[in-house]
Amino acid sequence: MAILDVRNLSVDYLTDDPLAGSGRGSIALHAVENVGFRLEQGRSLGLVGESGCGKTTVMMALLRLLPQEGRIVHGQVLFDGQDLLQYSEAEMRQVRWRGISMVFQGAMNALNPVRTIESQMVEALRLHSIIEQPRAARQRAGELLQLVGIPPRRGRQYPHQYSGGMRQRAVIAMALACNPRILIADEPTTALDVMIQAQILELLEQLQAELYLSLVMVTHDLGMVAEICDDVLVMYAGMVAEYASSDAIFNNPQHPYTQRLLEAFPDVEKPGSTLASIPGSPPRLDDLPPGCRFEPRCQCQWREAICAQKVPPLVEIEPGHCVACHWARRI
Amino acid sequence: MERSNYILRKIVFSVGTLIAVLVFNFFLFRILPGDPVKLIIHSPRMTREAQERIRANFGLDKSVWFDVERLREGDVLGAFDSQFTTYMRNLLRGDLGISFATRKDVTELLAERVWRTVVLVLGGNVIAIVLGMAIGLIAAWRRGTRLDAAILLWGLFSWALPTFFLGIILLILARGHLPVGGMATPGLRPEDGLTYWLDVGKHLILPTLTMAIVYTSEYILIMRSSVMEVLTEDYILTAKAKGLSTLRVLRDHALKNAMLPMVTMIALTFGYTVGGAIQVETVFSWPGIGRLMYEAVQKRDYPVLQGSFLLLAVSVIAANLLADLLYTVLDPRVKAE
Amino acid sequence: MESLKKFLRNPMGVLGALMLLVVVCAAIFAPWLAPYDPKQRVEVTPEDILAPPDAQHLLGRDDAGKDVLSLLIYGARVSLLVGFTASFMSMFIGTTVGLVAGYYGGRIGNALMRLVDFLLVVPDLPLMLVIIAVWGRGLWKIVMVISLLGWTYTARLVRSQVLSIKERQFVLRARSIGAGSLRIIVRHVFPQVLPLIIAQAVLDISVSILYESSLAFLGLGDPTLVSWGMMLNFAFERAVSRQAWWFLLPPGLAIVWVSLALILIGNTLDEIVNPRLRTHHLFDARRMVALVAEGEAAAE
Repeated sequence: MAILDVRNLSVDYLTDDPLAGSGRGSIALHAVENVGFRLEQGRSLGLVGESGCGKTTVMMALLRLLPQEGRIVHGQVLFDGQDLLQYSEAEMRQVRWRGISMVFQGAMNALNPVRTIESQMVEALRLHSIIEQPRAARQRAGELLQLVGIPPRRGRQYPHQYSGGMRQRAVIAMALACNPRILIADEPTTALDVMIQAQILELLEQLQAELYLSLVMVTHDLGMVAEICDDVLVMYAGMVAEYASSDAIFNNPQHPYTQRLLEAFPDVEKPGSTLASIPGSPPRLDDLPPGCRFEPRCQCQWREAICAQKVPPLVEIEPGHCVACHWARRI
Repeated sequence: MERSNYILRKIVFSVGTLIAVLVFNFFLFRILPGDPVKLIIHSPRMTREAQERIRANFGLDKSVWFDVERLREGDVLGAFDSQFTTYMRNLLRGDLGISFATRKDVTELLAERVWRTVVLVLGGNVIAIVLGMAIGLIAAWRRGTRLDAAILLWGLFSWALPTFFLGIILLILARGHLPVGGMATPGLRPEDGLTYWLDVGKHLILPTLTMAIVYTSEYILIMRSSVMEVLTEDYILTAKAKGLSTLRVLRDHALKNAMLPMVTMIALTFGYTVGGAIQVETVFSWPGIGRLMYEAVQKRDYPVLQGSFLLLAVSVIAANLLADLLYTVLDPRVKAE
Repeated sequence: MESLKKFLRNPMGVLGALMLLVVVCAAIFAPWLAPYDPKQRVEVTPEDILAPPDAQHLLGRDDAGKDVLSLLIYGARVSLLVGFTASFMSMFIGTTVGLVAGYYGGRIGNALMRLVDFLLVVPDLPLMLVIIAVWGRGLWKIVMVISLLGWTYTARLVRSQVLSIKERQFVLRARSIGAGSLRIIVRHVFPQVLPLIIAQAVLDISVSILYESSLAFLGLGDPTLVSWGMMLNFAFERAVSRQAWWFLLPPGLAIVWVSLALILIGNTLDEIVNPRLRTHHLFDARRMVALVAEGEAAAE
């Protein structure tokens, strides 16, 4: 059974004063609509798409860490068979870090600057009763640091004394402290230089193999996906465009967007560059087209009226390969 | 940056500020139009003896800064014998002059009263800091709720309320229930032991309460904005993601980070509390340095004014330096790179 | 303007503006609003001293037999005059210092900032008290002394803004086409900084009014004018024992009124100019999961 099974997840963001409640002049932006995927234990999933396509929102929704304006309006998040969306806040606290942990985007700032690295790791260990004894916990924290290639005695130092790459690794170590089943890494290598990027990737691969960890990598870097991910979920404007194994995506992309992404592939590795080869930009959330969201930018030769009129359903064209495009299934 | 480097810079700055204050103090009373000292000297109410003493003390027969005449004569050392150097010399000896009004030694007057102001200022501030931080934390956490709005409004309202006016209101309200003036009931003396001190304590209630109310709201506003700032940081999100409860996040992550800017702000506010003490002491006739200054203004007792100002300024400079040093201990980022 | 609309949507801001309007009207229309002219000499009998309120004197009479309500209304003029001029001067000095320190930086910048730090450390009220005591009483002296200490906040604010703007694209572009420093400052940097300065200036006005009232209360107000602080000085000296609340309370309440009005306005302006966009992470998350039925979610 899949360790994580997300079904028809939809997330809205309320604009204007969120405390006024919806219905009092605030608009609901449909940031994520009908997203679903499965994750087996020990496998890794790459979640790919442009900035703002909703990938981070999906991940935050899993752990219920959305900002105040966020509302999960639909779906099921089955973690080991249990629907997390039915959990109370107290129950969620048990799942967080212990069942599913997360490495946020811009992890450099994820550490409390006035506490030692060690103390922050010990906190995680003791909170989830992995190890209660302070001394033993500190010992374990040291081991975890070693696992990510940081000398254990540096645990006594403060975050500002670590380099960016080290901080990233420390955050990963901390995320593993409670032996989670799933690790979500949101843009783990953005803003790091190429050498460090390679190190981090290697580390993640290694950890995955050693600990039989399930990994979700949120990124817009296809190179990274090609290296580590078993499966890929391509998102566009809050919806799933294509979902298949890594092989299928790279060798047989069906969705026009995926195809364009791959064409732009060599450029994507340059930091900071947008997908300049696809003209236009994603639709605004308050101005979504009635049909396929990619249609305005789609240059596919089989484009027809139906594309702009009806949202294409996600269809399994081959076992394990789903696409949301009116024409993909006809090929 | 290097911690020792940082500390050194702060000490140098404090010393520099101190010297600037000393120079300013001297300058103010000798140079500004009206030269008060000269006016007083010739007041018929002064006895000859007192006039002589003051003259000698201030060195009024000497030039103000620097005696060019004597330099020309070749007397280099003598050239420095001016009012300013006399002033500095006296200062180093702890001689702050003589009160025009009471003819007592200014230093003596200040020494007598200083603990009374210290008790008031410290008492008021300690209460204000503790309460202010607690309420500010709650307000920031409950941001956007009615509780927060109420606390914010109270804070703004207190800010608009002049300290002395609050004192007057409390005075009117408490009349008959609590002593409203002076330090002790006439008739009681320190020799009466505990009775006396309890009485003093009772007299201290209203002034301290006034200080506490005014400055609590100040600290509430500061803490509230500090905590709100901290709560937007990524490490708070991480703490939440770890599964920590809201209370634990506040206690173990938010609090320490929010307190750092508080330390600096408390030091800055300390200067204001000293000003507040002047008002409170005036309203409640609490015989401290503040009240002394008020009376000195009325009586045009310039040496006392000068001396009190110096004392207050030095205290505030020292407090700021202490706060800066404390900050280096608390913030691990101020260390060797 | 956009900002005006935003301001009007904020209830605190509107309340503050209305409250201020009351005071401004009192100041401008004083000769028509006040029942008596405080400058006119009155013949008083002993009963008139600190007389309680009656039909002819709605707020009673002060220690010299004058009508308190009239004094109160005319007092608005002094407070607003001091407040606005002192704040304007602070704003002017502070902006200039901030612009220079921020734009030119280097030794001048550092020296100016040391000066700011110095003025911030020295205790405010004792300093003002001592200067006025020696220099002499007078409205303009008070205004100058208040602005002497007040410009530091604006200076710091302006400098930090200038530092961040200095490196931005449009400034670099202007320099590359040879625009002189002064021109850049006036045409590019200043307009960006202005909204913040104004928000600060409004708060400065209330601070100035509070300082003036404290100084006046302590006996250092302008003897030719009657400000609210001075009324409180007289009231405190003579009316406390007589429990003449009509003389004691109104001036103080008036000070609170105008300060509160300005603070509300200033706070609102600050929120508009300095919006805190980042959300804070500790909120009640119970509403996050708001599952709606299948049909509804799709229909939206």
